Amino acid sequence: MLFESQKIEYTHSGQAKLIFPDIGLDAGESLLVLGKSGSGKTTLLNLLAGLLKPEAGEIKLAGKNLAALNGQELDLFRGKEIGIVFQKPHLLAALNVKENLQMAHFFSRKKGQNIEELLGELGLAGKAKSSVLTLSEGEAQRVSIARALATSPKLILADEPTSSLDDENAEKVVKLLKTQAAKIGAALIIVTHDQRVKAHIPNFVEVKSV
Amino acid sequence: MNLVKLSWKYLTFRPLSTSLNVLLLALGLAIITVLLLIQDQFEKKMNQDAAGIDLVVGAKGSPLQLILAGVYHIDFPTGNIPMEEAQKLSRNRLVKNIIPMALGDNYQGFRIVGTNHDYPALYEATLESGALWRKPFEVVLGAEVAEKSGYKVGDEFLGSHGISVGSHEHDANQFKVAGILKPTGNVLDRLILTSVESIWYTHDAEEPENSDSTENHTEHHNIDFSKDIAIKGFPKTTESRALTTLLIQYRNPMAAIQLPRQINSGTSMQAASPSFEMARLFELLGVGITLLQGLAVVIIGISGLGIFIALYNSLKERKYDLAILRAIGASRIQLLFLIFLEGVMLTFMGAILGILLGHTFLSVIISQNEQGVVGALQPWIFLRQELWIVVYALTVGVLASIIPAFAAYQTSIAKQLTKA
Repeated sequence: MLFESQKIEYTHSGQAKLIFPDIGLDAGESLLVLGKSGSGKTTLLNLLAGLLKPEAGEIKLAGKNLAALNGQELDLFRGKEIGIVFQKPHLLAALNVKENLQMAHFFSRKKGQNIEELLGELGLAGKAKSSVLTLSEGEAQRVSIARALATSPKLILADEPTSSLDDENAEKVVKLLKTQAAKIGAALIIVTHDQRVKAHIPNFVEVKSV
Repeated sequence: MNLVKLSWKYLTFRPLSTSLNVLLLALGLAIITVLLLIQDQFEKKMNQDAAGIDLVVGAKGSPLQLILAGVYHIDFPTGNIPMEEAQKLSRNRLVKNIIPMALGDNYQGFRIVGTNHDYPALYEATLESGALWRKPFEVVLGAEVAEKSGYKVGDEFLGSHGISVGSHEHDANQFKVAGILKPTGNVLDRLILTSVESIWYTHDAEEPENSDSTENHTEHHNIDFSKDIAIKGFPKTTESRALTTLLIQYRNPMAAIQLPRQINSGTSMQAASPSFEMARLFELLGVGITLLQGLAVVIIGISGLGIFIALYNSLKERKYDLAILRAIGASRIQLLFLIFLEGVMLTFMGAILGILLGHTFLSVIISQNEQGVVGALQPWIFLRQELWIVVYALTVGVLASIIPAFAAYQTSIAKQLTKA
């Protein structure tokens, strides 16, 4: 198994304990995490990305136990092996498109994919030197996907990546995530409640609040 | 891409706020630079010009004025003193050497000083060309005078009465350039040296009948231009003549205590010590300098505050950015470093600009004031203390970034990125 999580639990202060379903994925596989708002989908994503520490359970990626890494090691490991696509693109406004992707290379200390090629595959070939402020929402989301892919991670996590996009762009984004994950041999997990995504990825787990 | 580049991108992303802060800091530092340069060069110059002169004797009046006129050739002389009385001083056992001076004429603002060869020797001046004066009306030009006037050895010119430009010309006798001094870096550069006799004869030739009260010309002057002038000591004359100031070197430390009192109470002249009067002057100027320094510190403080506010505000807008950086692999320390780097880069630019601005200010002041005291300062000399200005500035940068950097350090990625 490339990626697995077992019996992870987390409690937000003043709220009921969340117990998450186990996940196991091989390279190139994709999975949807479904659930109502407030059910803890995003919390699961944060836990899987190592942004939050689980109270119990184990998360393993490429044979490494996330809980065993200290702060700085975890940051670097995340940079190298986990690509995250957020609900909003959150690009660095001070930098242009290419520089945004270069930051991923710099902080992860890993030369993953060639940036020009990657941008080309995502239909952003002409945008490398553009300011991120001039991009449309769909383009910006694709740039953020490119950023997540730039280091060729082993795991791609996407948090509601399509919620603010129209049908056409939503489909493009999901297809891109799938094909790119397959291409670089990464496991793909998409957290969503978007029906349009389900059509493309049959595998799913559901998060329920207890 | 690296952290320095990223910081730079963020700085240039807010050009207005960045340049305002840089400019404000630069202004504060420029004031400090100017003060530093003036203070350093002024004190050095003042000490250099007064080196070897223990006491200045002249007509009664303001002792500070006597020093400024007699040593630095800035202020108006206090008046004339009779030569007989001056000569009595030279027989005093406390006096090692005495240099007589006759002041009061100028050529295009450069002062003509009648004295003997001991005066250039006092400053260890050497000749660039020609020789020292030997005959009446022969002059030696200081390096700056020669440069500005363009005169060479053998050229002739007319002096003017008074010590500022525009007074009436002494048209009876022409001065003849006998030599030009090498640059000395002190007051000599801006002076025209000649014999005391030349000064006397200039005035005699003009006003042979209605002589002034201090110079009681009872007999007709027979000026023999071929006659040698006095190279050392006092000029030889049988007439009753006047001098302006005397520069005195003490024979022993006892003189410092006894001689000024003897002169001030026992003669119609006054004695003033350059070191004492200059210390007094710096004390007076000190208030102004302290005030300016205070102002500079306040401006630097405000600019520090400005940098702090700019960083802190930008941090609010950049919480997402910082979280993203963490998500793509940046550590907390790197974010801390990123913010510090921004503050430090900002202040470093301010420091460099401030120092350049300071030097530019000074060169503007100097170009506006070529004939004055300030005119002799060098605007493009860099002092070691200016490195301290850079250090101060960077300290301001670090201090201003502490709180924002710490806030960046503590940014929680999960909370920032996943709240919708």
